[in-house]
Amino acid sequence: MKLTGAQIMMKALKEENVDTIFGFPGGAVIDIYDELEKTDIRHILVRHEQGAVHAADGYARAKACVGVCLVTSGPGATNTVTGIASAYMDSIPMVIFTGQVPTNLIGNDAFQEVDIVGITRPCTKHNYLVKRTEDLAKTIKEAFYIAGSGRPGPVLIDLPKDMINTKIAYNAPEQVELKSYKPTYKPNIRQLQKVITLIKKAKKPIIFAGGGVALSGASKEITELARKTQIPVTGSLMGLGVFPGTDPLWLGMLGMHGTYRANMCTGDCDLMLAVGVRFDDRVTGKTDTFAPHAKIVQIDIDPTSIHKNIPVEVPVVGDCKITLNEINKLIENKDFADIKTTRQPWFKQIDEWKSTNPLAYKQDNIIKPQYVIEKLYELTKGKAIITTEVGQNQMWAAQYYHFKKPGHFITSGGLGCMGFGLPAAIGAQIAQPGKLVVDIAGDGSIQMNIQEMATAVQYKLPVKIVILNNGYLGMVRQWQELFYQKRYAATNMEHAPDFVKLAEAYGAVGLRATKPDEVESVLSKGLFSNRTVIMDFVVEREESVYPMVPAGAPITEMLLV
Amino acid sequence: MEKKHLLSILVDNTPGVLSRIAGLFSGRGYNIESLSVAETLDPFVSRMIIVTKATPSGVEQIIKQLHKLINVIKVNELTGTKFVQREMALIKVKASEQKRAEILRIVDIFRCKVVDVGMEHYTIEVTGDEGKMTAILNLLKPIGIKEIAKTGIIALLRDSQ
Repeated sequence: MKLTGAQIMMKALKEENVDTIFGFPGGAVIDIYDELEKTDIRHILVRHEQGAVHAADGYARAKACVGVCLVTSGPGATNTVTGIASAYMDSIPMVIFTGQVPTNLIGNDAFQEVDIVGITRPCTKHNYLVKRTEDLAKTIKEAFYIAGSGRPGPVLIDLPKDMINTKIAYNAPEQVELKSYKPTYKPNIRQLQKVITLIKKAKKPIIFAGGGVALSGASKEITELARKTQIPVTGSLMGLGVFPGTDPLWLGMLGMHGTYRANMCTGDCDLMLAVGVRFDDRVTGKTDTFAPHAKIVQIDIDPTSIHKNIPVEVPVVGDCKITLNEINKLIENKDFADIKTTRQPWFKQIDEWKSTNPLAYKQDNIIKPQYVIEKLYELTKGKAIITTEVGQNQMWAAQYYHFKKPGHFITSGGLGCMGFGLPAAIGAQIAQPGKLVVDIAGDGSIQMNIQEMATAVQYKLPVKIVILNNGYLGMVRQWQELFYQKRYAATNMEHAPDFVKLAEAYGAVGLRATKPDEVESVLSKGLFSNRTVIMDFVVEREESVYPMVPAGAPITEMLLV
Repeated sequence: MEKKHLLSILVDNTPGVLSRIAGLFSGRGYNIESLSVAETLDPFVSRMIIVTKATPSGVEQIIKQLHKLINVIKVNELTGTKFVQREMALIKVKASEQKRAEILRIVDIFRCKVVDVGMEHYTIEVTGDEGKMTAILNLLKPIGIKEIAKTGIIALLRDSQ
């Protein structure tokens, strides 16, 4: 049977069980779109290619699968770069197809030509330029395998137009075989014995859980370990939701805007079980004073994450789920029979930290952004899928929405990419049609991909956008207030659009609250509508996120409210 | 303390691999002191020899990061093992009437070859390890070096027996 490249691509996508593609057409991919139209794969037409990648990111996280994008050559391809970089930093599995000019024109400065493989080399897990139709099916299979296995990440495939149109005899590719790419899933048992010994000896242990726990689906295992051994748990931004945020063992988030008790725990603990984390600078603060008394155990599938920023006592290379499961099996209940009593001094210390400096704000006659999140949490019973933009909105969401399950907090953690929340919410809503999906946004970052409102309305997606509108680029303003003597250079955004009218212009619902007593009614009305809704909360202009650790300071030295 | 490390890397012989490796070094702030690359007996595989300066934890990261590239098949650190290394240089030396004999003596002592002769110069081919390179350059510099072209270091592990 002879097939064109485009037809082979459709077969390959079906083979990988792809049901949804986020994309934007153009000259170089018109033949692919022509074939795609004939399949039952759903295509979501975004309004900007960056939106396509963030949407695929949100989709991948909400559904725990590989997200897929399709864009054209040149500007279509370059517009994906920010989204790819964000997915790469957060290890999100994704395959991005880009159109390319015909092979004979490559390198010719042809119309809409760009070397996207060259551009994305440092921000993809791997990428390909497919020059021969014969290589296409195999490349797609490899790409999906690489994207989804080991430490996941985005893989890009560049498709020259003539290669897509060439007809060849089709042979389905067999198993993927890569010479050297063999992720280590199973941990070394001898290392695990060392871990068990350390856990048994520890007086003041903590677990530090990160995005790797969510990616490997090890939420159940980490919860079991924590409860069995009575070890309190903190998380990185990417780790929120892997351990129930309402559990008494939960310490809150760690890091620059982490809770007082979580940060203090790192300064005092004698054992840190770091699982699926990479010790980002936003978590460690000054590295040489990080966890000074702790023996650190680090479990990660990616060996480069280990010893990169923080020296560790026991490195364990392996998949989080498999490793934690092994550890749970090795733990003997008799060793931890009295653990609740023996842990008392440690818990007492933590409670003290908690009561001296809890997360706090004062709600007076202007709406406080934290209050909006708390009300949102109450009204959604903590069950919504929350996406965020980046900045203060993201940190308040992380602090005040107590995530109970993985896959419910979707944020651009590593890259910190403004404009992420709305398209990610679109992706998440498509992945989980029955769930309430809320984008927590600022008035600054929502404007970075506001055009995706049209996508949400076109596909009748009932995503909810909560704008914490302070008329500032709030996080930068906060730094300027604290470290630049209140010189608010280029952070005043007072000329924003009327978000209510803007919502209506897009065919969505727009609501606004300007007083604290309107917050609850606006939320109730907005959240339970079956349409796309923007809720504009006019909040205290100069509210700041606390605690805050100044960049480069030790993580235990926090500025408090 | 930063030290020199010699890495021998087997990679897929496909387009863009050199750029992936070079990009990894520049993007992560590692340095490349020298690099040589050529096909091995297997036409699908190339060998790269990279000399880099790094701290012990730095070189550990470099090796792990290299391993992470899909096209990298194997990374060996040669430093600290038994290996043979060579580099080659072509050195164009000013060769005036009075200096010719001296140059030829040096060439003889270092077992080099004169590969090109002009009215005003000799071009000398030198092969050897780093020590030999430095030594001959120090001797030729006072005479006057017009131009120099050097390969990077190439190296192979010695057989264990």
